[in-house]
Amino acid sequence: MRRNKKIALRGCLMALALVLSYLESLVPVFWAFPGIRLGIANIVTIYVLYTMGAADACFVTLGRLILSMLLFGNVTTFIYSLTGAALSMCAMLLARKLPHFSSMGVSILGGLFHNLGQVTVAAFLLASGNILFILSVLLPVGAVAGAVIGFLGGILIRRVPLS
Amino acid sequence: MSSEEKSEQPKQNNRIKKGDFLLLAGILLFSALFFFAVRLFASKGGVAVVTCDGEVRLTLDLSEEREETIKTDLGTNTVRVKNGEVSVISADCPDKLCEKHSAIHLSGETIVCLPHKLVVEVKAE
Repeated sequence: MRRNKKIALRGCLMALALVLSYLESLVPVFWAFPGIRLGIANIVTIYVLYTMGAADACFVTLGRLILSMLLFGNVTTFIYSLTGAALSMCAMLLARKLPHFSSMGVSILGGLFHNLGQVTVAAFLLASGNILFILSVLLPVGAVAGAVIGFLGGILIRRVPLS
Repeated sequence: MSSEEKSEQPKQNNRIKKGDFLLLAGILLFSALFFFAVRLFASKGGVAVVTCDGEVRLTLDLSEEREETIKTDLGTNTVRVKNGEVSVISADCPDKLCEKHSAIHLSGETIVCLPHKLVVEVKAE
């Protein structure tokens, strides 16, 4: 792919991820468990990871986080999302090297580690000791959300080839 | 960048595999055990401690019904103790997640209001 086209494509995908994460914040899907999100924007992350590679996936995700902090959030929420995303990205990059998983397994681990990262930051920032309660809910939820995202992302990867 | 060769890879690499389901099942099984273990070993709490930015602001006895408004320069939250449980009944934070959280009573359970850096935690005594 030509260089200019690739730059434009990165921008488009970043914008798409940004809009998806904003739309998601408008629709509270899980009334029963406040704060739990599906992480629709990560469909883009998964898609980029498999079609354009690791560097672009990191770039698009980081760009989305920074833009969403500037537009809708503040520094505190940025620290949470950045830690979650960084841990999640590391887990996904490693998991992708394994032959046992498709984009679904990769995304499951991504979701799991995303929540693990956020809870760890919460434990530090809020100086609240008992994170076991939160983890016992957030770990399985992250895994299930990751599975859904990975499944949807997998369809996209197969159906929407780049170039 | 080696992205050209990477784009050839996904075709055979992303069909859903057995490993995906095994991974999910494993995590869910582990979490279910973890979930019940945490609640099994948790005792009923005696007090609710309200902290703002790590600093204790209020301690509420869960045995007496009470309503308390906590004001910080970040915003206002109203906490209520009823039927031995504590909940946040109103808040002026943007996401209102603390308000939607169900009432808690087990030792170690927390309700967190991230924008206001407010934590309501149930403790034994």
